[in-house]
Amino acid sequence: MSAPGEDYGGLAPDEYARVLEMLGRRPNAVELGIFAAMWSEHCSYKSSKKWLRTLPTDGPRVLQGPGENAGAVDIGGGLAAVFKMESHNHPSFIEPYQGAATGVGGILRDVFTMGARPVAILNALRFGAPDHEATRRLAAGVVAGIGGYGNCVGVPTVGGECSFHPAYNGNILVNAMAVGIAPADRLFRSAAAGVGNAVVYVGSRTGRDGIHGATMASATFDDEAEQQRPTVQVGDPFTGKLLIEACLELMGTDAIVAIQDMGAAGLTSSAFEMASKGGLGVALDLDRVPQREEGMSAYEIMLSESQERMLMVLRPGGEEAAEAVFRKWGLEFAVIGRLTDTGRMVLSQHGRPAADLPIRPLADGSPEYDRPWTRTPPAPHATISPDNRDPVAALRTVLGGPAGASRRWIWEQYDHTVMGDTVGGPGGDAAVVRIHGTARGLALTSDCTPRYCLADPVEGGRQAVAEAWRNLTAVGARPLAVTDNLNFGDPERPEVMGQFVGCIEGMGEACRALDVPVVSGNVSLYNETNGRAVLPTPVVGAVGLLDDLAARTGMALPGPGVALVLVGETRGHLGRSLWLETVEGREEGPPPPVDLAAERRNGDFVRAEIRAGRVAACHDLSDGGLLIAAAEMALAGGVGATLRPPLDDAVAGLFGEDQARYLLAVEDPEDVLERAAAAGVPASRIGGTGGSALTVEGHSSISLDELRDLHEAWMPAWIAGG
Amino acid sequence: MKAVVIVFPGSNCDRDARVALEAATGRPAAMVWHGDPDLPPADLVVLPGGFSYGDYLRPGAMASRSPVMQAVIRAARRGVRVLGICNGFQVLTECGLLPGALLRNAGLRFVCRPVTLRVETADSAFTGGYRPGDALRMPVAHHDGNYFADAGTLERLAGEDRIAFRYLDNPNGSAGDIAGILNGDRNVLGMMPHPERAADALLGGTDGRALFESLAA
Repeated sequence: MSAPGEDYGGLAPDEYARVLEMLGRRPNAVELGIFAAMWSEHCSYKSSKKWLRTLPTDGPRVLQGPGENAGAVDIGGGLAAVFKMESHNHPSFIEPYQGAATGVGGILRDVFTMGARPVAILNALRFGAPDHEATRRLAAGVVAGIGGYGNCVGVPTVGGECSFHPAYNGNILVNAMAVGIAPADRLFRSAAAGVGNAVVYVGSRTGRDGIHGATMASATFDDEAEQQRPTVQVGDPFTGKLLIEACLELMGTDAIVAIQDMGAAGLTSSAFEMASKGGLGVALDLDRVPQREEGMSAYEIMLSESQERMLMVLRPGGEEAAEAVFRKWGLEFAVIGRLTDTGRMVLSQHGRPAADLPIRPLADGSPEYDRPWTRTPPAPHATISPDNRDPVAALRTVLGGPAGASRRWIWEQYDHTVMGDTVGGPGGDAAVVRIHGTARGLALTSDCTPRYCLADPVEGGRQAVAEAWRNLTAVGARPLAVTDNLNFGDPERPEVMGQFVGCIEGMGEACRALDVPVVSGNVSLYNETNGRAVLPTPVVGAVGLLDDLAARTGMALPGPGVALVLVGETRGHLGRSLWLETVEGREEGPPPPVDLAAERRNGDFVRAEIRAGRVAACHDLSDGGLLIAAAEMALAGGVGATLRPPLDDAVAGLFGEDQARYLLAVEDPEDVLERAAAAGVPASRIGGTGGSALTVEGHSSISLDELRDLHEAWMPAWIAGG
Repeated sequence: MKAVVIVFPGSNCDRDARVALEAATGRPAAMVWHGDPDLPPADLVVLPGGFSYGDYLRPGAMASRSPVMQAVIRAARRGVRVLGICNGFQVLTECGLLPGALLRNAGLRFVCRPVTLRVETADSAFTGGYRPGDALRMPVAHHDGNYFADAGTLERLAGEDRIAFRYLDNPNGSAGDIAGILNGDRNVLGMMPHPERAADALLGGTDGRALFESLAA
């Protein structure tokens, strides 16, 4: 960690000057700690706010945009989908199991705080090079931690992504997304109301874990990162499960005025957010805060990030019934203060004042920076000579190595079938979760291609949104909205800030063109160690709706005798492709351009075909291009296929990563091609299914058995130390 | 048939069990809270999957001492049928209604995947809807499903035809590939795989449905 400003508790000197001006005196240690946490990058978004405002956040279905614990969209039938994605990068690097577990716990709290029952978890993971000394241990710990929490609370982990790159050697990314379902007219929010109302603490006791978590997450690492271990929180998924059930039970009554989870900066930020949103003051007696350890100072109580805790404001007279619910579930319940009309946060401990701070000025007056930034220069074109080597050999390299190998080793450690509504689990384009008790479903995905974002942040930002949208489309769902998790390096470096600005620009454009507003999100900056930043990684989590689960598709080839139709235009773009990176060992060239009009046109066509029941299987083309997609479809269905390369340069045709494309398996290709032509959508028949091998016409074949062994072997062998 | 589902605070397959039971029986199942010292009249008690009390100690160890389990044990001794799935199986071995123990998986990791079971006996109310030798697909999802018992117990289980299911693709290292066992009176079944997650075609299979249907018959 870079040393926080020693005299100012982590604040910059000019920020400290602002504190002095605001208070008219020097803050005491508790107050300074509160300022430092509230004005940390993690809590205040001070470097990113200016740019986040440019993202589209509204739409006819949006019930709640950014600014609450999670976003919410109307999914019909009186229900809302509530979702958000959040990072736990820094803690997971220091302590992978607990860091990842509490990341899941935290994002689940964000969702059920809104009144939603969590129904699915996804995660996006980025690890360092497989041969880096720490990667195996970190990956094993993170996966076990995610499973350890999600499996115990009984929310299925239905999807996600995982990739490796040396840029993450010193700073892994662990992003978790949670999705819940709530009655659309009973969403709970965090604005406090009602002077004199009780401020109630529920959940676990407060301990000394996670103190400084928010400030730690707002600094870069150096070689001493290990010493930050005490700043990592410790998760208790059993208590997390109890808290879900108790909160949802109480939410069935009218006792709650406002509710906020205690996440980063714990009691400090939850109390501040509730009071500032309500324009009120709050007086807290810290002696009443349930404590796990003796002799905790006010500073420790206010800045602990102990998990599984919530703060609520209750209606007058609702306290007794609320306490009964939490006692039934074996949880702490304590009235720790009251709302006031002073506009100040007044803390007392042992009968003495511990802090007295103005709420609105502190919350609204948080710094906002327009950090200097430089636009990422265009990546020079990569010279790739036409290549007609055997594409099947390249397929072996890609599918049998870290970039393309099956992630089964990961997702078999996650309970993805609990709750009895997982219609499509991990391994597909998008997971599909039935809306309980109905014939409708949600489609869920997360996606980002950081190597594109590095080469061209604007194009990479567009592509992240477009691919997430395509994933939903490929199962037949109508995309509704997205959440984002923006992972970048040190924003004080203009080239990193330029990546951030560029990615946001591209994402905003794509969100507008594809009609998917951003309803929630999280920014994680300072993801770098010893001055080396991670790849710009703006992960997009997306939610779509399936009005009829019968009218959906998956990527498994249905059987022999079906035609393969390629939708979208193939130009053979190999710059920044998986083929170029894994087969040639070159990270060069600009990424494939994203034509948002073509995305929309092609996607709308494919979705309509799926909904009309004319598509037996569908897979969007992304990492690795056409041949990888065909191989994944063949493996999923257990049936072979023969493919004609769509270009004379077979490698470019089969491994190019041109966007806006899908591979469809259809019974009646002429019919589909005719309608595509009428819709102005490029489409061509490029092969068919049958046999037990994948064959590239004019080249060679590989048996599905060999392909499967190759695809499944890498990850278990790597983890085992092979 | 009247069925009750026991709800420990950390149960997380209680709703799934109820959905499968109600689909098979056409009658509502009663949910019984872990603190209740008594059971309503019932023909079947289901101990669902989950993490009863967090299972930070051995899975099922605390649950086996809960008030409701004393009532379940009494009911089982009266001949009421008891089905323990996953964590429920762990609770049944911990409370002594079934022999043996469920250890940490041989691979030391949580495992969630569909497995294939072979029906070993149709001679019970639970398995009467199957034929011996039937192959069933249903998911497992557990960290501690590695069935262990001493050689004498394993021999007795086999000799008394009390092994209900064996894995054809053992996911956890269980002795004798055992996936589910019966008690001596054949009214208590514990199994690690989840039949309630294989009772709906939309979720990928219905091989578990016959278990609930034969109980309802």
